[in-house]
Amino acid sequence: MSTGASMRAEPLLRTEKLTRHFRIGGAFGKWLHAVDDVDLELHPREIVALVGESGSGKSTVARLLAKVYPPTSGEIFFSGRPLGSLRSRRDVLDYRGEAPMVFQDPFSSLNPVHTIGYAITRGLKLHRPELSVDARHHAAVSALESVGLAPGAEVLKRYPHELSGGQRQRVGFAQAVSYGPKVILADEPVSMLDVSIRIGLLNLMAGLRDQGLSFLYITHDIASARYVADRVLVMYAGNIVESGPTDDVLHEPVHPYTQLLLSAVPDPRARTKVSASDVGEPPRVVNPEPGCRFRFRCPLAQPICADVAPTLEEAAPEHLAACHVTVGVR
Amino acid sequence: MILDVKDLSIDYATAIGGARAVDGVSFGLEEGEFLGVVGESGCGKSTMLFAIAQLLSPPAAVTSGTVVFAGKNLVQMGSKELRMVRWRDYSVVMQSAMNALNPVKSIGAQYADVMRAHGHKDKDEIRERSREVFALVGIDSVHLKSYPNQLSGGMRQRVMIAMALLLSPELVVMDEPTSALDVVAQRSLMVQIKELQARLGFAVIFVTHDMSLVANFSDRLAVMYAGAIVEIGATSTIFAEPRHPYTKGLLDAFPSIYGPRVHLDGIPGAPPDITNLPSGCRFHPRCPSATEHCASLPPPLVNVAGTLVRCVLYEGAGVDGGLDAR
Repeated sequence: MSTGASMRAEPLLRTEKLTRHFRIGGAFGKWLHAVDDVDLELHPREIVALVGESGSGKSTVARLLAKVYPPTSGEIFFSGRPLGSLRSRRDVLDYRGEAPMVFQDPFSSLNPVHTIGYAITRGLKLHRPELSVDARHHAAVSALESVGLAPGAEVLKRYPHELSGGQRQRVGFAQAVSYGPKVILADEPVSMLDVSIRIGLLNLMAGLRDQGLSFLYITHDIASARYVADRVLVMYAGNIVESGPTDDVLHEPVHPYTQLLLSAVPDPRARTKVSASDVGEPPRVVNPEPGCRFRFRCPLAQPICADVAPTLEEAAPEHLAACHVTVGVR
Repeated sequence: MILDVKDLSIDYATAIGGARAVDGVSFGLEEGEFLGVVGESGCGKSTMLFAIAQLLSPPAAVTSGTVVFAGKNLVQMGSKELRMVRWRDYSVVMQSAMNALNPVKSIGAQYADVMRAHGHKDKDEIRERSREVFALVGIDSVHLKSYPNQLSGGMRQRVMIAMALLLSPELVVMDEPTSALDVVAQRSLMVQIKELQARLGFAVIFVTHDMSLVANFSDRLAVMYAGAIVEIGATSTIFAEPRHPYTKGLLDAFPSIYGPRVHLDGIPGAPPDITNLPSGCRFHPRCPSATEHCASLPPPLVNVAGTLVRCVLYEGAGVDGGLDAR
């Protein structure tokens, strides 16, 4: 029913006012607003980084997109089709094969008593049941080789403990790639790895993107987001507060939170600007009052910020930010 | 000099014999100095830190070397004597404050324990001092009555740092105290540690896997790989002119938010298993500048313009530094 308001083609993955609340503390019915009114789009052949601190709701977004749990309200569209319309187990498995997840911890996401081959072919059985035993084997080998684990046939026989952390995380990517996905939901895929091997995984993501895959790359590391991502979404306390092409957002951050985040990135070339007084913790949003959720930490807060929640407005072409003070000033 | 570590080696006993986690590490620390120790997981940085603080427990044990702190060798000190020195003269801030704090005692009660164990039994004195250290880290003294679960991650780390300062030690040893925190919290804690250090004058050994974190805070930097220090020198020099191929690789492994977007390669391969170390230079299988000698000869420690580098590339380039890691 889309009436073609957007100039671009239908995105691969799109959310509309995606919201997820969790009930906490039974009797008085308190609700934790993990994700509120998130609109995002993911197009073919692009890496979109979702950046935020712990508790900002970024992993909840990934789990909503992976159908780990249903949204409280709002809808997710995959190639134009609402996920709410997926009914049968078969439909859900097919969707998960087209949009698989890669998890943060390669040490706990692989079963230690099974070989790598089992880990990959079991997923293939579920997500691509049409494949024969031989075809599954070939798909597993070529997936392993496409993520830089060669010879794939040898790696299939290994157990997780025989692989290093970086190799295990490549297995995580191989699992996802073997299903023939359109988009991979990567939740902090490199944060558990040693610094010297992280960049190899980021290069792998960029290479797969160049072959036509899309990624939602969830991270707290804004420098790595800059390294691989085409577009960046910045999340704070359950809301997207800024979005746009990577270079625009990082060179000319509009939202005060993005500015704070950028000034805190440890970098030998940066002069430290954060003071010891901002203890730097995003709030848990429980039964929120209206108004901007960043106003308590914001150096620019105005009276209006306590009354009206800002919405994403265009600050520059394709560059949106949700701030009463900084949008429109420039 | 407040701390002098000489030729320190630590083995983990395993079923197939000793695995050497730290191998012949030497360095010194001046009063009020901030030393950053960086390396990947498994490089021995935390084991070394635990040995300096005399907190190693089996199967790890110091096999050789000395740790001379304020004129006394801690390695040979008995547990009774250590109990007096520990926390009064040097203290430790652990990686995970949630695990380091007792969950069933209020913060104030835990501070009182520390004070009493070191002979400060006067209640008013304990309360007074607890408030003082809370003020130092900017936490309201009402939280002395709080339990660890009532505080956020950043506050707990501050509580740990305040606890480490209770008895005004001369050295505070920190094992990745900021690694569980978000970037903004991490940055503000680093700024606070630096401010406290400038004000109170204690020396710091700060272990981290994130080289860029200590870039603006440490005076000197030690880079560890597979149990050995491969480069040690002034932080600014190492960032401006990294000498060891591993240090260069580490610096090239961090994407930056400044400057043009460039393609990075990181370091190929993975850090070695300490039970099966490569021969010769331990970095040679991953090293872009390796020669055929690197697989057979252990590299010398060379003094290149004040920075000590363990690499044959610099052999003959400077004076052989030997043990003098100052």
